[in-house]
Amino acid sequence: MSDGDDIGSLVIESADRIFRDLCDPQTVNNASGDSWKEPLWRELEAGGLTLSWIPEERGGSGVGLTAGFDILKVSGQYAVPVPLAETMLGAWLLAQAGLEIPQGPISVAPGNLRDRLAITGDGIVSGHAARVPFAGEAAHLAILAMGEEGPFAALVGTRDCNIVPSQTIAGDPQGHVSFDGVQAKAHGALPGGAGEGMLMLMGAAVRSMQMAGALQAVLDMTVGYAQERMAFGRPIGKFQAIQHSLARLAGEVAAAAAVSGSAADAIVHAREFDDSVFLEAASAKVRTGEAAGDGAAIAHQVFGAIGFTQEHILHRYVRRLWAWRDEFGSESEWAERLGRHVAAAGADELWPMLAAR
Amino acid sequence: MSQPIYFDPVRLPPEAQSLREEVRAFLAEEIAAGTFDPHSMGAGDRFNREFSRRVGARGWIGLTWPKKYGGHERSFLERFVLTEEFRVANAPAWGHFVADRQSGPMLMKYAGEDICMDILPRICRGECCFCIGMSEPNSGSDLFAAKTKAEKVDGGWKINGTKVWTSIAHHADYMIGLFRTSPPTEDNRRHGLTQFLVDMTLPGITINPIPWPNGALDFNEVVLEDVFIPDSHVLGDVDMAWKQATSELAYERSGPERFLETFYVLVGLVRLLGENPDTRGAEGVGRLVAQLHTLRRMSVSVNGMLQAGKEPVLEGSIVKDLGTIWEQALPARARDLAAFADPQSANMVSFHEQLEYATMSAPKLTIQGGTTEVLRGIIARGLGLR
Repeated sequence: MSDGDDIGSLVIESADRIFRDLCDPQTVNNASGDSWKEPLWRELEAGGLTLSWIPEERGGSGVGLTAGFDILKVSGQYAVPVPLAETMLGAWLLAQAGLEIPQGPISVAPGNLRDRLAITGDGIVSGHAARVPFAGEAAHLAILAMGEEGPFAALVGTRDCNIVPSQTIAGDPQGHVSFDGVQAKAHGALPGGAGEGMLMLMGAAVRSMQMAGALQAVLDMTVGYAQERMAFGRPIGKFQAIQHSLARLAGEVAAAAAVSGSAADAIVHAREFDDSVFLEAASAKVRTGEAAGDGAAIAHQVFGAIGFTQEHILHRYVRRLWAWRDEFGSESEWAERLGRHVAAAGADELWPMLAAR
Repeated sequence: MSQPIYFDPVRLPPEAQSLREEVRAFLAEEIAAGTFDPHSMGAGDRFNREFSRRVGARGWIGLTWPKKYGGHERSFLERFVLTEEFRVANAPAWGHFVADRQSGPMLMKYAGEDICMDILPRICRGECCFCIGMSEPNSGSDLFAAKTKAEKVDGGWKINGTKVWTSIAHHADYMIGLFRTSPPTEDNRRHGLTQFLVDMTLPGITINPIPWPNGALDFNEVVLEDVFIPDSHVLGDVDMAWKQATSELAYERSGPERFLETFYVLVGLVRLLGENPDTRGAEGVGRLVAQLHTLRRMSVSVNGMLQAGKEPVLEGSIVKDLGTIWEQALPARARDLAAFADPQSANMVSFHEQLEYATMSAPKLTIQGGTTEVLRGIIARGLGLR
């Protein structure tokens, strides 16, 4: 699955600059409306970031899977509230089946582990997908649906679907999407060996990278605050109780960074979405989701009351961590699947499975 | 602002994975020959010199060391694989493991060439066991409170004092001991300690066992009375151990032995719950496996970064903190998840034996080699808070 992994740091620097200039969390937090959104999206598209995972000859920027995952981590560091990850993922899914990539934001469905969509040979889609991120903001959905002979990718217009809009816990748009005999604009079989699970595994890795980025930012801001905030005559970061809390937070951040990076690397170097990718992506979503929950709690405790306000940017990160840990499979759901996988393989296979790479 | 926490996504190279196959074959032979029982808990902490000699004969001690010292100049990642396979198999590596992990590298850094040429090849042959003489009755985490005295005499030093909690001292050929050569100074209470190489057969050394709560013999009290140590056995600079002891490298903290010590309980749990566990059992096992996979990938990464010449000090301390907390919590979590397993299961008895042993040994896991509290202080320093 490797394609052009070496462009690396330039692309990531460019992503970082765009986010810093156009999606500064404090600026976005202070803004009364959505006027920041359009210039940000325009710049992301112009910079080729939305199509990072599409090769140049197919109209993308062709920076490759590795750089794409790194861009998503950086986007997490800015708690980016536009469908960049969804568009990258959707475009990637469509490209797997050789389909054309439309302009503009794309979202993906299903967005969680237990929803199933079906598609006929003529491209008629049926089923429901709950909590599809940015469903109302994107003109198109890239979906994975089961056909008679295996999994398909399909492109569906959101206007052709029945969408009940709602919001994530982060306040970002989502929707419950019903596909009642919707005609796909295009559809194509996913390549052999890809398997029905590929979208969820990729989605789990994507959300894990975003969470790892957000957690690093939360650690940085929490350590910074502890060094500045005075209480009892000294910076609170001088108190051992606070130091130990921050050490625990660093541990959660480290676990998230390591396991999400490992999962991304496994996907980059795997020939297919096999058991080894499953172990990596499932573990990443479980452990990063746990880190999100525990890390958010520690950060809030260190920040005290100021962190529990709308004016402070902590909630921009914490609420997205809470949203992202639920999407593309929660910790509990992935853990249950992983546990069943381990049980079916048997106790003697556990160590060889873990030690495979 | 803190440094970003970074873990290279390291993949084990083919030579490490092929070494794994060799190690598994060797351990299978040893198990078949009755050297040790892989299901016997705590066997990994046992001493077996004959076994250590055979490991040495395979070239698996001092794997990363220079050839002139009997080493093999192979990579940290190969050593990683070797360590984790031995640990998971419960192989009795205690006779060579401490020397291999830390005492040998310490000698290479601070001992004279003649001592290195004498001792390191013996370690590599599995013939030389080391213990670590740090803690004292009134000096544990606070190492710089050590009082065991080294007094300058003609041609060497005379040692008087007591070390405690000294694992495997009763089998050890040598100890690396931390002794007081000068009083602390006004502005540096860490000043005045020196590291020495101590031959454990010297007159004046008495070793008294201190059994663990489960009766296991590992801890000792080591009493030193007028023990003479020659000048050539001073490691590094006199009075300056604080610089050496605190430059402890990340690989001493971040190895697979820092999260695999109770792994057998997880294997036992999976066996007990069977191939079709209920939702609670499946989810519980899945979480534990995800957490263990994460720790292992962190540890592989730290070792890979070391191999690449980086210094992931903060990352290494974090691996030990998370790893020891996890391996300590594992027995209690396995106990919860096993609560509703079929009491008639054929695997119940062995699971309970494993659980009992692990529960009894769990409290030490976050104490040995640096407590959780000490590690968190080190991590806080890495974050720029101290």
